[in-house]
Amino acid sequence: MILSSHDRRLLLGPLNKNNAILVQILGICSALAVTAKMEPALVMGISVTAVTALSSVILSLLRDAIPTRVRIIVQLVVVSALVIIIDQLLKAFAYDVSKQLSVFVGLIITNCIIMGRIEAFALANKPWPSLLDGIGNGLGYAFILLIVAFFRELLGSGTLFGLPVIPGACYRWGYANNGLMILPPMALILVGIVIWIHRARNKDLIEP
Amino acid sequence: MKSLRAFLDKHKPAFEKGGKYHLFRSVFTGLDSFLYVPARTTRSGCAIRDAIDLKRTMSVVVLALLPALLFGIYNVGYQHARVTGEDVAFVQQFLYGLWRVLPMIIVSYVVGLSIEFAAAQLRGHEINEGFLVSGLLIPMVMPVTAPLWMIALSTAFAVIIGKEIFGGTGMNIWNPALLARAFFFFSYPSRVSGDTVWVAGLPDGLSCATPLAEAYQGTPITPGLETMFWGLIPGSIGETSTFCILLGATLLLITGIGSWKIMLSTVIGGAGMALLLQHALPADNPYSHVTVLQHLLAGGFAFGAVFMATDPVTAAQTGPGKWIYGLLIGIIAIVIRALNPGYPEGMMLAILLMNTFAPLIDWCVVQRNVTRRIKRGRVATRA
Repeated sequence: MILSSHDRRLLLGPLNKNNAILVQILGICSALAVTAKMEPALVMGISVTAVTALSSVILSLLRDAIPTRVRIIVQLVVVSALVIIIDQLLKAFAYDVSKQLSVFVGLIITNCIIMGRIEAFALANKPWPSLLDGIGNGLGYAFILLIVAFFRELLGSGTLFGLPVIPGACYRWGYANNGLMILPPMALILVGIVIWIHRARNKDLIEP
Repeated sequence: MKSLRAFLDKHKPAFEKGGKYHLFRSVFTGLDSFLYVPARTTRSGCAIRDAIDLKRTMSVVVLALLPALLFGIYNVGYQHARVTGEDVAFVQQFLYGLWRVLPMIIVSYVVGLSIEFAAAQLRGHEINEGFLVSGLLIPMVMPVTAPLWMIALSTAFAVIIGKEIFGGTGMNIWNPALLARAFFFFSYPSRVSGDTVWVAGLPDGLSCATPLAEAYQGTPITPGLETMFWGLIPGSIGETSTFCILLGATLLLITGIGSWKIMLSTVIGGAGMALLLQHALPADNPYSHVTVLQHLLAGGFAFGAVFMATDPVTAAQTGPGKWIYGLLIGIIAIVIRALNPGYPEGMMLAILLMNTFAPLIDWCVVQRNVTRRIKRGRVATRA
């Protein structure tokens, strides 16, 4: 094993018992907005992972040089610089997806997970654990986004990553795509169901 | 009947703790209390057991629904005969309707009851009669052309997400039957609106609009007031005949199960808003030509006001709260009909919206009462 058990916990914990969406209920807004299709959900997940990881490392390196009173402004400068870079990269290399995501790429700045990890972890830890923590939380977020997007795209549009997967014969027998899946309320209900299943499997997480 | 009782008594031990079929005890007790009045009495605390328990309440509502249901079944056959131009007798029209509607009722009951039974088993709860009414209401608010699997899916959604998640009968925030219709409405919009969904077996190329759809498209409403009152118009299965709904309303009011405050205030709110819009809208707006009576007779207004808004679980509980709740349902339903370009009918959305706000209304009424009584107490001590 390359990673020590402590490091592995940092990286893999957010994928299950410390998941930002399921347990801390952070980053819900974008989880509802970009999960109608798999492709934007995947791109959004990768972008957030990159921003969380890089901003955690940079701010962890700067952590002794930042005066506590102005730390939020410094964090915002770093995060927004990274988000602008991501936005430009998407516009240059994945223009269609960038169009679909529209303002939500810019709104990564306000994603609670990023600021949350910086405040709660990166400012008090060394760069290497901060990097692992950032990657882990970003992946945990991307994982839930992909689960929700899988069901929404499959049942709502009958496709996955834009490719039709439900055979045409089903439609001729009377199957129809579910329009509610495309609408944001169903994303909220699906996130709720995922949280329900997760709590049922991890009974220690159930709130009294 | 004696033999049935004896049969139940004979098999009872197997379902009790330690028995062979202990896992299915709530199915057994559910069946037992469905067939016979339970001999149980309250053991602890100070409680009053009314003769009118959940089972009796639900049976009365089912009875009240019967006129509208039977008429709806006949109307399905009547509309079918009308568009196809067949000249068939009354009995045949009724049988055709039965052939179309009965499967919908069976699907709704089978799906809903199996989920309720399963949920009760999992939780160790007793089965109760809460779904008896919802299971009948669901097909009655659907268009007759709704495919059975869509009804099954909508029912499952309403029972799981709308009811069981919140803790089962009596704990739900929204009316389950309307939630099923809302799911159907937003999931498969082309199956629940438009000109081709309201009449069973409509020949290709023909269309048949409901009165509300006509108003929505800006054409004058063709059926006369009398036809709309008796109900020989296209529409969802149970909603067309205002006369039969009034029969049901009478039973609900006599037995005291439906709240007259909610029914009356809903009609007042709807009539007031309809009157206002009729005069306030510019003459080129089609809804300025729809009269108050047409608004009250068309679509699901009467059905919603009598059977949906008065649902004792999801409606407001306090007296003044019921008035506010009903008035707002009437007003919002007509506003959605006339001012929202998206949907021709607004009763479903109005009731679901007010279901959401009912606890808040009750809370305000209770708080107002509390402050008033505190003030009265202060005045008394000062004097």
